[in-house]
Amino acid sequence: MAYMTDRKRVIGLGSAKSGTDHFWKTTFTSVALLIILPMFLFSFGPLLGESYADVQAALSRPFPAVSAALMLIVGFYHFRLGIQMVIEDYMQGLSRKIAIIAMACVSYGLMAIGLVSLAQIAL
Amino acid sequence: MADVNRGNRPLSPHLQIYRKQLNSATSILNRITGIALLGGAVLVVWWLMAVATSESYFATVDGLMTSVLGDIVMTLCVLALWYHALAGVRHLVWDMGLGLDPEDADKMGWGIIIGSFALTFLTIIAI
Repeated sequence: MAYMTDRKRVIGLGSAKSGTDHFWKTTFTSVALLIILPMFLFSFGPLLGESYADVQAALSRPFPAVSAALMLIVGFYHFRLGIQMVIEDYMQGLSRKIAIIAMACVSYGLMAIGLVSLAQIAL
Repeated sequence: MADVNRGNRPLSPHLQIYRKQLNSATSILNRITGIALLGGAVLVVWWLMAVATSESYFATVDGLMTSVLGDIVMTLCVLALWYHALAGVRHLVWDMGLGLDPEDADKMGWGIIIGSFALTFLTIIAI
């Protein structure tokens, strides 16, 4: 053990055999969202209540479209990781597995619907 | 592995006798806001889908989102977003090994609460 680094010791360990992977991804996406969140809030917020033509025109421009796409991708991925942590804290056995899979379907499903909608608006 | 310390280990907090602290409240709120934001995310995706579908469908969904109830829900979403973001920043600070003693954690706790309301107020004004 004396020649092992801390990193070497945690890789592949833990109950899920994935070491600190889940924690790192949550941290990584949280830092990304600190940048993406203001971009999204201030480009998406003003569009609520605008006319249909104005909304379509705005979401066809790069900045609002990219902000919304990043928010959908990184946000829902962060949510998927976070909700899995919550489920693992409160549920056991088969219901835990079903809940994790169901929430993954909800997260990726909503992400896909949002991204396809954005593509349809822009094209 | 045999547990030589059986019976003398720290227990997890039992909710019946747990003394509430600012830290436990802010931590639970972080989890609640994270889960609740799924609701806000569904509304945003539904709105985007409506924009992609048709003008009449957009009018329905947009009307719902900008009604009084929609405004209240969207404001609460912004509050939850900023709260969750600031509480996340506190976790990043903790991960660096800083601010872990109770006084500093409490100070950051109040910072999160006051900061999230302030940022929500600024966001509403800016938008």
